[in-house]
Amino acid sequence: MEYWNPRIEKIPADELRKMQYKLLKMLVYRLYNFSPYYRRKFKKHNITPDDIKNCEDVSKLPFTYKKDLRDNYPDKMFAVPQQEIVRYHVSSGTTGKPTIVAYTQQDINLWTESLARSLTACGIGRGNIIQISYGYGLFTGGLGLHYGAERVGASVIPTGTGNTERQIELMQDMKVNSIACTPSYLIHMAEKAENLGISIKNDTNLKIAILGAEPWSEKTRQRIEDELGIDAYDIYGMSEFNGPMFTECSEKSGIHIWGDHMLVEVVDPKTGEVLEEGEEGELVVTTLQKEALPLIRYRTGDITELYQDLCECGRAHQRIARIKGRADDMLIIRGINVFPSQIEYVLMQTREVGKHFQLVVERDGALDKMTVRVEVSTEAFSDKINDMIALKNRIKDRLKHFLNINTEVELLEPGSLPRFEGKAKRIIDKREF
Amino acid sequence: MKEHAIKQISIFLENKPGRLARLAKAIIDSGVNILALNIAEAGDFGIVRMLVDKPRIAYEELQKKGFTVSSTDVLGIKIKNEPGELYKISKALGDANINIDYAYAYSSNSEAYLILRVSNLNESILNIQKIGLELMDSSVFE
Repeated sequence: MEYWNPRIEKIPADELRKMQYKLLKMLVYRLYNFSPYYRRKFKKHNITPDDIKNCEDVSKLPFTYKKDLRDNYPDKMFAVPQQEIVRYHVSSGTTGKPTIVAYTQQDINLWTESLARSLTACGIGRGNIIQISYGYGLFTGGLGLHYGAERVGASVIPTGTGNTERQIELMQDMKVNSIACTPSYLIHMAEKAENLGISIKNDTNLKIAILGAEPWSEKTRQRIEDELGIDAYDIYGMSEFNGPMFTECSEKSGIHIWGDHMLVEVVDPKTGEVLEEGEEGELVVTTLQKEALPLIRYRTGDITELYQDLCECGRAHQRIARIKGRADDMLIIRGINVFPSQIEYVLMQTREVGKHFQLVVERDGALDKMTVRVEVSTEAFSDKINDMIALKNRIKDRLKHFLNINTEVELLEPGSLPRFEGKAKRIIDKREF
Repeated sequence: MKEHAIKQISIFLENKPGRLARLAKAIIDSGVNILALNIAEAGDFGIVRMLVDKPRIAYEELQKKGFTVSSTDVLGIKIKNEPGELYKISKALGDANINIDYAYAYSSNSEAYLILRVSNLNESILNIQKIGLELMDSSVFE
């Protein structure tokens, strides 16, 4: 069993808890004194650093929501001056503006450290050749894994997304033995390879896959492992707290959350009440060491549970179950977060269509396909087919510009979409994970 | 010249079983008769274009029933049911640099009608009359 940082990774549970307490206390002290945003929030809730007397006292602190990041766009939640920031990433917002996340050099170092530990736990290190097929750029997946993989000494091929045939060619020619991508992209790649007469199992050296950024199931893991002859590991993260950060270990039984980086709780998504280990609820995270954008009790919206028993691998760091779903209506399409409210926002600005819409998500081969169904307004109707196709493309372009994914647009007759009294049910998700 | 602009009714339909029947029923209920009909399909939707005996009533009734409907000026050109007529018309319009957006036709034993939506209605009427062809008159419609 290999460890990247055995001193921290093998720390006994009680010592880890003590360390978390110290880090939490320091965090609250720092934010109380130096972050105008959190200072205001703490004062409003009558919290001072003295209220934190043990780890459990985290539950006295107020929650932070995605909405807070939106309301404080672009930088009002940052806890350091701009000069200290070395990088920004951008993730999609729920409506209108995106969410900007910032990193100091220390944040990047810790993010890299977190992934170095996790990748080592998945068997990736010096001598491995890893292809990173997550998007590079504003999305956190590519660069995050890139830094982590370089840190452990692997040879990194930063392929990014797309151009699948070339990716397969590189995988063969460079004797790639590890890959990081979404599970659906790996399946897509395997299918494409098969069409080219290449079997990933027999004709490549691929042995390890780090898969995430979208929901997938144990059944899909089995299928991928059997058909490709590899070990597939689940990875977890979100841009609000760096990006991808944590993976399973060789036991493949839950994702280890490095306790010196993050304190996790699971709460009832409706009441916010803290749940016991083993109970299913919404994951809430507190970043213990982040400088630029610290998060106190951030509501991730991800549904999971905390595992109680100690992992066979010897790491006492808390494990969470595979993400089971969302507490809100967020969809993940090809690894990109999509909120129905974003689509509504785009359509509201498109006069040619009505305000009702429906989203149909399905699999086109291995990849996700999202169709936005909208009703054509009488004013926008032209009896020239070209005009109608142009309208369709205009909506597609706007959605692409805003969501950064390709969608199909289906034009419907007015009145053909269901109307709702109360909460609208606009999503038809036909995917199996 | 205005009398030669014929009101065509166009309806947006989803390309799904039963949609045309729903439209056809609505037309029966409006007491309107269809003289010529054309359906253009583009993937998940289609556009039904028709000449009817009472375009104004058809338009109002269909709109009342919730259809996406529009009224468009088109030309109806009376032609002989014999070879060469389509060439004559399309050449005259092409030479005048007029684009035909779409066209459909119907014919009986001796005569036929070609229905056109064009990029320039007035210019088209002049050019069609110049080659000696007769245009349908909007007065035949209510």
